[in-house]
Amino acid sequence: MSSPRPISRIDTGLDVERIRQDFPILRETVHGKPLVYLDNAASAQKPQAVIDAIAHCYAHEYANIHRGVHYLSERLTTRYEAVRERVSRFLNAASAKEIVFTRGTTEGINLVAHSFLRPRLKAGDEILITGMEHHSNIVPWQMLCEETGAVLKVVPISDAGELDFEAYRRLLSERTRLVGVVHVSNALGTVNPVKEMIELAHAQGVPVLVDGAQAVPHAKVDVQALDADFYVFSGHKLYGPTGIGVLYGKMRHLQEMRPYQGGGDMIKYVTFAKTEYADPPQRFEAGTPHIVGVIGLGAAIDYVESVGLEAIAAHENALLQYATERLLQVDGVRVIGTAVQKAGVLSFLMKKAHPHDIGTILDREGVALRTGHHCAQPVMDRYCIPATARASFAMYNTFDEVDALVRALEKVNRLFG
Amino acid sequence: MSGLRELYQEVILDHNRNPRNFRRIEPASHRAQGHNPLCGDRVEVFLLVEDGVVKDIAFEGDGCAISTASASLMTEQLKGKSVAQAQALFDRFHDLLTTEAEPTEDLGKLGVLAGVREFPTRVKCATLPWHTLQAALRQQAEVSTE
Ligand SMILES: Cc1ncc(COP(=O)(O)O)c(C=O)c1O
Repeated sequence: MSSPRPISRIDTGLDVERIRQDFPILRETVHGKPLVYLDNAASAQKPQAVIDAIAHCYAHEYANIHRGVHYLSERLTTRYEAVRERVSRFLNAASAKEIVFTRGTTEGINLVAHSFLRPRLKAGDEILITGMEHHSNIVPWQMLCEETGAVLKVVPISDAGELDFEAYRRLLSERTRLVGVVHVSNALGTVNPVKEMIELAHAQGVPVLVDGAQAVPHAKVDVQALDADFYVFSGHKLYGPTGIGVLYGKMRHLQEMRPYQGGGDMIKYVTFAKTEYADPPQRFEAGTPHIVGVIGLGAAIDYVESVGLEAIAAHENALLQYATERLLQVDGVRVIGTAVQKAGVLSFLMKKAHPHDIGTILDREGVALRTGHHCAQPVMDRYCIPATARASFAMYNTFDEVDALVRALEKVNRLFG
Repeated sequence: MSGLRELYQEVILDHNRNPRNFRRIEPASHRAQGHNPLCGDRVEVFLLVEDGVVKDIAFEGDGCAISTASASLMTEQLKGKSVAQAQALFDRFHDLLTTEAEPTEDLGKLGVLAGVREFPTRVKCATLPWHTLQAALRQQAEVSTE
């Protein structure tokens, strides 16, 4: 083992102890040990403010929306639409009408595949994605390709886990109908240069969908500055409820798009001869939506912004840097994903132990992390590995928790020694 | 380390570090690939069966300590057994991992895997080689412990 040298815990000024008070689950113990929750990329824990907003809504405010003239329905409709405004400001969209509520990132991508791309795709056309996409930004496009004879093209990634930008430039062709790119990779932590990628795509008239599932919790996103055509994320990774997510789409695209599902709330007028669809975003929100999920998402965004995304990002980057250095001092640890620009995610392997064994041993120490392929099997294939162990950070994680992780990894080495 | 020492017993760690019968059989009378999509474990089991008896058995693959040790112990235990005995052994092995059953004598060293029952998410790791074995005997090319 290399001789330990002091590693700095950069204090970014974020009051993590106070933040931790806001997350009741952090007081839980697991196998008799304090919970060290480092599986935030899979899903983040919920602050009391979100839990309260959901409970309060069911206890005092609940009714269906967009349908009643009665007091509760009208009031909750107003609240629901206010969250749309809230999300619109959060992403700096041009208008709240560009915000479509979905079940999550996965549904957002499927919606764009079905309603935007499918009608304009024909045999020989190309869809361009990257080698570090989550399955949710691979499979919907593959399904379209199967249906239409279009071709899926993939921008390769380097050993460090960075996008090969020159290859991207080459692969963008006059046949490309859409670029799909993950903003921050959930398997490697890489932050992709999406602004530059969008600029290049737009120079050729190609629209771009950005998968922001791992970006939105860790950095301020401005969809207009990025000039993204579509931007999707999930509420549950942003300290909000499951089952709710957001699709941002430029209005000129949304207006041209066919509905995703048919049903109530997405129509202007229905006769048996013909139905006239509602304008966006209602056109894409058929049926009773996850009303309380939207309310919870609004509370989550309020909470995140009250802490401040810049402060959160600075703290998480300090944790990531500290954790990376500390882990590299543990015998046999190899980090997968060493891009210069990274956020929140530390994937690694150990020489003596398989990720699955690491996960089990860490669990007994109270340390929760993810092991496996992280729904990014092509990334695992790229590095010729079956799986990794992945620690991922949130605003409430501490340097002491990183130390607990390191102690647990040393235990793995002792057990497998 | 309650439970962990039970799970990662010396025998298991040893079979993980130095898996027995870790090779291919060419030509094999039966073979199949097994895959656990949850953790990425992959195993390929090869058999040479003559007159209903396992003359030779081997495996290759890339997996966690539990699946590797389980595969290694399985090959040791099954060599020379009849196909019917192999099936009966799997049933007892399965009971060992999923019920409170005490290890029976014929399980031999496989008994060390009893600790897995305290770790429900790992039971599939231990049974993957056996499911693969069954697939091979049924002349089925692939199984997945979904
Ligand atoms: C980068 C990325 N994209 C997409 C998803 C899918 O999100 P969801 O399962 O919430 O639809 C995830 C979540 O695991 C992710 O990390």
